[in-house]
Amino acid sequence: MSQTTNEISNWGGGNRPYVASYGKLMMWFFLITDALTFSAFLSGYGFSRFKYGEVWPSAEDVFTHFPFLHGDHPLLFVALMTFILIMSSVTMVLAVNYGHKMQKKKVILWLSLTIVGGFMFLGSQAWEWGHFIHGDKAAIQTHTLEVFHIAKDNELSSVYELMGVDGHDGTHHHFSVEEVGEALHSNTEYGIRISDKTYLDHEAAVKYYDKNAQEVLIGANLHNNEYGQGLFADYFFFITGFHGFHVFSGVIILLIILINVIKGTYEKRGHYEMVEKVGLYWHFVDLVWVFVFTFFYLV
Amino acid sequence: MANNDEHKGNWWIWKVFWILLGVTAFEVALGIIQPEYLVGTKVLGTSLLNQIFIILTLVKAGYIVMIFMHLGFEKNSLKWTILLPALILIPYLLFIILTEGDYASIMMQ
Repeated sequence: MSQTTNEISNWGGGNRPYVASYGKLMMWFFLITDALTFSAFLSGYGFSRFKYGEVWPSAEDVFTHFPFLHGDHPLLFVALMTFILIMSSVTMVLAVNYGHKMQKKKVILWLSLTIVGGFMFLGSQAWEWGHFIHGDKAAIQTHTLEVFHIAKDNELSSVYELMGVDGHDGTHHHFSVEEVGEALHSNTEYGIRISDKTYLDHEAAVKYYDKNAQEVLIGANLHNNEYGQGLFADYFFFITGFHGFHVFSGVIILLIILINVIKGTYEKRGHYEMVEKVGLYWHFVDLVWVFVFTFFYLV
Repeated sequence: MANNDEHKGNWWIWKVFWILLGVTAFEVALGIIQPEYLVGTKVLGTSLLNQIFIILTLVKAGYIVMIFMHLGFEKNSLKWTILLPALILIPYLLFIILTEGDYASIMMQ
């Protein structure tokens, strides 16, 4: 470390007790506050999960799609998203590492790849949101705002299957409670799964339906969603949205830094610490995703 | 600067990458298989499987913060200034909020 500041007193700002620059320190302080914000969101999510217990939708019923593949593939797509983000974290460390060595070209290469990873993640999240909003199986809401699903042989089926239409044919579907009720009455092989995830056979299902059904839910919005408890979609939009916004702003900052690297700003400055500071932010975004992945998709 | 001798090459970056990837793949495999024993055994209010997920998540978080974010190689004073607020406040918040959530669940029934 440079010794030129020896004459300034400890409290005069001359010493660096943390041996870290002002900018890096402030980035860390910002990240602490951001970490506390995210932990507040996720513990809010935990509160609702504990409160609603069995009624809360389970992720393996909700996130089952993978691009170009048919059928149920729970977890695969988020696993891919996690892989993309981990990968872009690695390219970021590589960029920082080559920054320390003042190798401009390699910094440009790895920083660019990090940005590509960021865009890939954002694209994946858009796809994920699209599917979440469009919905998959549709469901029926009761007067007491509980949500139940169509089932067949004690396994989740879908309103589309019951009605004999393709839910993913690209058009917007709409079903009335009466239509679905009629179909349920006349197709004896179908039952329902009520909100606490117990299955009712056809006879009980028809009784339950006629007594409670109020609205057919398709997809998700901020009022209600076909997956179950209404708050589930709110948390999903809010937490993954807030994280996605972090990724987005991260990509923008990375782009600005990349332009500076190409222009030679940090070469002139004599160090690539700015890359390191942005790197801290980028890793933090990855860190948050690790927790979102666990608490939204795994647990 | 903080780039000391052990950081000459890139091998340590790829090592962490493989650890993170391996742990994630293991989590996804467990999440898809949902082993009955792990789902059925309850530890501290949730299934053993969920506890495993949480521990593995903390392992991943540790690698990201300590190695990728370089915190493990910073001065101890800086390291603990960053870590302590999170390590104290977050479990504290979780304890209060989850206890309250459990209570709210009992009150609803």
